[in-house]
Amino acid sequence: MATINLDQLTKSYGPDEVLHHISGDINDSEFVVIVGPSGCGKSTLLRMIAGLETVTSGEISIGGKIVNEIEPADRDIAMVFQNYALYPHMSVRENMAYGLKIRKTPKDEITRRVNEAADILEIREYLDRKPRQLSGGQRQRVAMGRAIVRDPQVFLFDEPLSNLDAKLRVQMRLEIRKLQKRLGVTSIYVTHDQVEAMTLGDRLMVLNAGYVEQFDTPIELYERPASMFVAGFIGSPAMNFLTATGGDGLVILDNGTALPTRLSTSGPVIAGIRPEHLIAEPEGVLPVRVEMLEQLGANTLVHGVLDGSDIPIVASVTGIQSLPVNDVVRFTPGPDALHLFDANTERRLS
Amino acid sequence: MLKRVHFPTSVLPYLLVAPQILVTLIFFIWPASQAMYQSMRIEDAFGLSTEFVWFENFQILAEDKQYFETFWRTIIFSACVAFISMSVALFLAGFADRVVRGAMAYRTMLIWPYAVAPVLAGALWVFMFNPTLGIFPYLLEFVGYDWNHYLNGHQAMLLVILAAAWKQVAYNFLFYLAAMQSIPKSVIEASAIDGAGPVRRFRTIILPLVSPTTFFLLVINAVYAFFDTFGIIHAVTQGGPAGATTILVYKVYNDGFVGLDLGGSAAQSVILMILVISMTVIQFRYVEKKVDY
Repeated sequence: MATINLDQLTKSYGPDEVLHHISGDINDSEFVVIVGPSGCGKSTLLRMIAGLETVTSGEISIGGKIVNEIEPADRDIAMVFQNYALYPHMSVRENMAYGLKIRKTPKDEITRRVNEAADILEIREYLDRKPRQLSGGQRQRVAMGRAIVRDPQVFLFDEPLSNLDAKLRVQMRLEIRKLQKRLGVTSIYVTHDQVEAMTLGDRLMVLNAGYVEQFDTPIELYERPASMFVAGFIGSPAMNFLTATGGDGLVILDNGTALPTRLSTSGPVIAGIRPEHLIAEPEGVLPVRVEMLEQLGANTLVHGVLDGSDIPIVASVTGIQSLPVNDVVRFTPGPDALHLFDANTERRLS
Repeated sequence: MLKRVHFPTSVLPYLLVAPQILVTLIFFIWPASQAMYQSMRIEDAFGLSTEFVWFENFQILAEDKQYFETFWRTIIFSACVAFISMSVALFLAGFADRVVRGAMAYRTMLIWPYAVAPVLAGALWVFMFNPTLGIFPYLLEFVGYDWNHYLNGHQAMLLVILAAAWKQVAYNFLFYLAAMQSIPKSVIEASAIDGAGPVRRFRTIILPLVSPTTFFLLVINAVYAFFDTFGIIHAVTQGGPAGATTILVYKVYNDGFVGLDLGGSAAQSVILMILVISMTVIQFRYVEKKVDY
């Protein structure tokens, strides 16, 4: 078990800097998810922590020890890869025992630990099979098993669920979470899936174009996104953004609608409202011309534009609703539903 | 039910395969059948008459101690050539796979020897190892080693093995490099994280994963050493000294064109033909199936 500290971490390929001054402290036994769109540098960051990529500048410490120059083998970490990276010529048992054998663990100890891990992951009956004889989900378990038998200080997950089908993904997500809590091993998990990130992480590090946008708990990210990027990335469907002008205790939207807020601002601002925080009301302040409905059963997504403009608005209303297309429906943001961002810096105005 | 598609009969498909069939008939089937026919005849010492003797030539070979020595020598030669060229290629490919900077230049250079004609390759080695002019005998003299492959049969054998192996390294290198590059990078990384150093990774991960290639190359190299090394041997040692580097193909040539024992030479080439056919069968039967790892 260990803490991980990232201090002003930078990565460049030639003249191109892809990660910019990443800092963050990960507590012992914590499950941190690094999330961001593809190409944001999240995998590179994880691979740097694993020791598979060099560090251009800054420091990585695991358990208080700077590991910049330490080989992956000596960092006491285990990694689960996106394509599982099982050794195709070895049986499941040999795959799991490989790391232990290299560390010269006694034979009976290896057998005990492999069996124990196999029991936890319910892969006991596959121990003598080759990876190619297993399904995707089973391979995923073996990859996890290979990580946990080593009993490392840190688990690193590189999008481990992205090759599974939707149902299996949800199931494995829960299992990973339970396993991590049970073993209490500090874990870093990389994903581009915000639902995965929200459900798994104690804290989330949101990366965008090589910058940390925000590093906080899932609820905090949802309730108080630090930037427009985080606001748009976390939550589905994405937050609505409306250009507005700040005022004393209110903001005025471009169409003249005034929305009350606790903040006093001035100049151009961006008002963000989550679709699920829009409430349909006959006296609502936001007139939305309905363009399309998406019925999801539990709720209905109303796609439309702010009446008299082409600013898109999405609202999520509970239950099955049949609203006439091309009609104007009025919505009101719920209390405290308004997020305000600086129009230039796109940072949160709090 | 299986539905077969029938095309109207036409001469076009026959015309299209005709050139290939013609080439095969003229350059392969006809000479092969000639060799088989020849292997059953014996000429008199002056070449004035021939006699059909059925399998007497094969009988003579079966009782010929020299032929068995040649057979044995060929096997040692082939095993050494295959082993040396494959292990050197594996070693080089293992490093080339890790090279990041200048990888292209490095690979191109390693592939060059394959483009050198066998006789030229032989000539190069002859010059380098010439007992009076060559650079290596000169250098070996400093450590007190007397090199003269014109007199020493073992040295001559070593020389042709080295020359033949050197020529094949490039070919093996290409295949090994391709095989190594098709191993997913994450597998190698996983073993690095599992604690395996470069040597251990090579031994426990890369080597088993390129084993299908190893088997394929083993057959190819054996065929090469058996049949395609004539040019090198002819240029370097002419099978000498005292037959020390005479392998089967070289003996076919020597008995037939120098010794003018056409029947005996033909019988030997028929045996070689059977060998090459069986090797090809092995290759198709097992290589196509892929080695199961």
